This record gives sequence, C-alpha cells and structure tokens, in this order.
Amino acid sequence: MKTQTVPGSALIAALASALVLSACSHKAPKVLPPDPGGSVSTDTTGTNTGAPTPGSQLDFAAQLMGQDTVYFDTDQYNIDAADQQALAAQAAWLAKYPAKRATIQGHTDERGTREYNLALGERRANAAKNYLVSLGVDASRLTTQTFGKDQPVALESNEEAWAKNRRAVTITID
Amino acid sequence: MTVKKLFALFCAAALLPAALIAQQPSPAPSQTAPGQEVDEEVVGNLDNDARIAIPAFATNADVATQTSAGTTSALGLSLASVIYGDLRNNGLFKPVGPGSLPRPALAQIQTPDFPGWQGRGTDMLLQGYVRAEADGNLTVGCYLYDVSLGQQLAKAGWTVPPGEWRRAAHKCADLAYSRLSGENPFFDSRIAYIAETGPKGHRMKRLAVMDSDGANHTYLTTGQSTALTPRYSPDYSKILYLSYFNGSPRIYVYDLASKSQKLLLQSVNPLFAPRWSPDGRSILYSMAIAGNTDIYKMPSSGGASVKLTNSPGIDIGGSFSPDGKRIVFESDRSGSQQVYVMDADGGNQKRISFFGGRAATPEWSPRGDQIAFTHVAGNFRIAVMDPSGGNMHYLTDSWQDEAPTWAPNGRVIQFFRTARNSGQTGVWQVDLTGKNERKLATPGDGADPAWGPLRP
Repeated sequence: MKTQTVPGSALIAALASALVLSACSHKAPKVLPPDPGGSVSTDTTGTNTGAPTPGSQLDFAAQLMGQDTVYFDTDQYNIDAADQQALAAQAAWLAKYPAKRATIQGHTDERGTREYNLALGERRANAAKNYLVSLGVDASRLTTQTFGKDQPVALESNEEAWAKNRRAVTITID
Repeated sequence: MTVKKLFALFCAAALLPAALIAQQPSPAPSQTAPGQEVDEEVVGNLDNDARIAIPAFATNADVATQTSAGTTSALGLSLASVIYGDLRNNGLFKPVGPGSLPRPALAQIQTPDFPGWQGRGTDMLLQGYVRAEADGNLTVGCYLYDVSLGQQLAKAGWTVPPGEWRRAAHKCADLAYSRLSGENPFFDSRIAYIAETGPKGHRMKRLAVMDSDGANHTYLTTGQSTALTPRYSPDYSKILYLSYFNGSPRIYVYDLASKSQKLLLQSVNPLFAPRWSPDGRSILYSMAIAGNTDIYKMPSSGGASVKLTNSPGIDIGGSFSPDGKRIVFESDRSGSQQVYVMDADGGNQKRISFFGGRAATPEWSPRGDQIAFTHVAGNFRIAVMDPSGGNMHYLTDSWQDEAPTWAPNGRVIQFFRTARNSGQTGVWQVDLTGKNERKLATPGDGADPAWGPLRP
C-alpha cells in the first residue's frame, strides 16, 4: 500500500466502493516523468504537429495521463487499488493496439543498498507485468527492466521525493 | 610488472609475514625461509603517538629518471612523501614527512645519526635510497630503525620499472607498518570503483581503478553505458562488473591485459552482484527470474551454474570466507534484508543478523574473523560483526554509508558515502577502531569501491 496513513485493507475497500481516479491522485505526480533513457526509443519529434499518432508511445503517454506509472511503498512491490486502475488503463490501451509491445521499468528510491535495489526494481516491474498479464495482455508483448536507485525522477532527499521514485513505468515500443 | 625483491633482512626478534619474505638468497643469517609460517610478534612499546621520521630518500647520483617524479633526487623526496601519506591517518603512527626533515646522505642510510634523530624526538626512523640503473629501472632500498634503541629493525629493497616507482614506496610503508604493528601489509594494493559525474538524476558511471592511496587513477570504460559494482579477481588480471546491455543489467569480465571485455554469461534475465571466490576459480552471481532473485555459482572458466539459494525472496550478493568453505550473503526471506551464512554448496543456510533494522552487503574479512556490512536503521552505517553475528559494532555514523570492502589485511575498510539531497558520492576509508576516517582523493565522485589483494 502506498498511502502512509491508511491501512491497506481500508484503502482497498474505500477504493473498491468508489473507483474514482481522484481518490488517490495525491500519490502520483501529475506530470509525466521524463523517459529514464536506455535503449527504448520514444519519439518526441512530433509534439508540435498536434495530436500524437494513435498507437504511438506519445499517444500512450497522452492517453494514460500519468497512469503509465504505478507507485510502491518502501520496500514493497504489491499492486494496490490505485495501481490496479492504472494498469487496467494500460491494458485497455494495449488491447486497442494488439501489435504494440511494451517494457516496464522498475525503480526504487535512494534509501536502499545498490544491489538489493536492482533486484527490488526488477521485482516491482514484474509485479506490474504480472498484473497486466492477468488482465489479458499477452506476456510475450511485455518485457521488464530494472534501474534500481540510479534513475530518480524526484531529486530531493525526502519522503515525497522517495514516494515518486518508487515506481514502475510502462513504455510502449514504437 | 612484478617487483623484484633484492634483499630483505629482518632482526630475529620480529618477523614479517611470509608474503614479504625475500625469495632470493640473502646473506643474513637470520633470514626466514620463503613461505615459512611465522608468528606475528610486536616488539617494543609502540603507542598511537609513536613518532616515525620519514626523510627524503638519498641517492648515489642525481640523475634523470623516466618517472613522473623527475630526477633521482626529486624521486627520493616523492618516495618519502608517498610513504608518509600511507602511514598517516591510520591511527598507529604519528609520521613526520620529508618536508620538515633533513635529507640524510647516502652513507647515513645504513649508519643513521641516532643521537641527532633522538634530539628531534623521533622514536622510529624510516629511510632509504634510490638508484637509477643503466636499464632505466630503479632500485629502492628501505630501512627501518628504532632510534631510541639505536637498532635496525628491518630492511628490504626492490628493483622496479620507472612506471611502478610508487609500488616501491608502498612496499616500504608496508614493511614499516607490518613490522611495527604486527598486522599484515596492505598498502601495495589496488582499488576498483565506480567514478561518478553529472547531476543526480543523470549520473555518468565509469569503471575506474587506482592504487590504494588514489594514485595511478585510470578510467576503464567511457561512461556511455552505466557501470556498477566491480570486483578485482584475486590475481588482478580481471574485473567483474555490472553494466547495461539492451536495457538490462549484465555481468561483464574486463581483462586488464588486453583491455577487452566479454559477457560472463548469456541470459535473458537480469544479472547482479558478481563475486570471485578466494582462489579465483568460482564466480558467484545473482539472477532475477520473474521477480525472484537467487544466488548462483559457476566456474570462472565457464560452464554450468549451480543454484545456491531457493527462497521466494531476494537472495543476493555473497562473499566467501577466506578458506572458501562458506558464503555470507543477504536475503529478505524474513521480510527485510538480513545477513545469512551458508556452506559454499548452498547448504546450512542460517540467518546471523538479529539487531533490528536491516543488514545488507556483507563482506567477509580476508582474515576470516569479521564480517563487515551495511546496517540500515534510519541512517545507513558501516558495521562489523563476527561470523556468528555477535559483537556487532558501528564504524561510521553518517546519513548514507554503504558497501564496505576490506583491505587485504582485514584491518581497514573502504565504503562509499552518499550526501543527502545532492546525491554526491565519495569513497571513504575507516579503520576497525572507527576513529580514523578519511575520504579518498578521486578525480570526481566515487562509489562501489572494491579492494584487491596485496600485490606480490
């Protein structure tokens, strides 16, 4: 669970009764985090030409409005209700474009040792992948990556920044 | 590349460990046979204030050398300065460097002016000479004296290629350190680490190597691909490290002689935490399969891997005991990172850390008597415990210190320290008292230090 003040089961129950996006929006940054880099190509050249090409990574990011990323509690990798919503939206987009493949990048906050964080990032990426598969996305379309604590999106050393960095980001492959 | 030992004489009362005993015949009647086991015995009443004078080395003739230091006279000053740098900051000595001492004449190297040194309040005298050979090599002699007893304690000499003159200084510092402390030498050794530059969110991380004092610094990778967690092979011929290939962490074997590298093994799964066995014949690595990381062992020459752990959690890392029979590693099978010990074949897995908080990155001391690790309870601190998990105590106290690595003699530890907010990192060193802590001078930031063994 991600919310620090609400016990997990209570939050799940609350969200189950009212599946509203805004119920948990405080935990996720509104702005899409930048591409952490690596080998995945994300086309940014078409941003001035109006709407992104349907089925492109730009389209995915625009449609998902921040739900391309799921967030985790310290040392945790479970998929909570907010994550389920985000992953359901991802799965819906992927169902619309069945030829598209995606990679899920797992990250941790800086408050962990390096090697363990690499394994933890992998575990988080797999948790997200497994949930997408449970929603009907073919596993062969999905790969995972881990960057451990090496690619933070929030650069300060406080709880708020760490919460933003404990994440799994889905990036579709153009 | 090897240092050729010319001679090594030691007074009979106190003997150096076998590693430093001369391999060539020596005229000294008290010569210890090569490889002979000797008891470490400390003679004299050395305390933390023992003043050891290290004057500039003498030379027979001030001639040009092929070293960066300059002529033999300039080199004599540099040799003493390197030795001074080694012996300070480790809590055993109060060295006085060549800058404030007269340089002895060549004739005084073997017949010191004891009354003169006594008048300066010196307890010990470490001095020597440097001589340029016709072939360009350098011969360095190193002499240790007890000034108050008016007695020679040890001497040794080496012939080195010009590019390795600092090794002669480290060998001389090792001679004095081990003779006076009773501990094994460690200065003549190398460090592999990750050199870091750039902003926190976009760090460039390069594999780099340096001497134990930070000199002879060399970058081995360009930084185009992130490098992490290096480990020197026991013979210094290779470095295992982590890098990214197609977005996934892979283990590379870097060959230092050929400056080439290759993948340790092909895998579609992420690989982490490469480690050598003490004899260099086996390699440990950790592999994640669908969210579950376990530790594997394979021959370093290639071949089939054996899976050593089988818990549903993250089992990662691993450090062999010096005899190669056991492995200390970390696992979160109990719910949080803790330190476990198992047999080298994976049997008898047993948790040893029970102090609250998390315990991570265990490294077995080359002496076998202690395990260094990162203790996480709020802050990240370097701590040591005995191999059964007892006698835990902290060596550092900062916001984030992690990943200890042992000096070859098991008496000094390096680790890396991360600064809050800025994310800046540095390689630090601390002794087992925790009182003598200092940051190593690296060109930029530094992380993931891995200390290699004593050089032959």
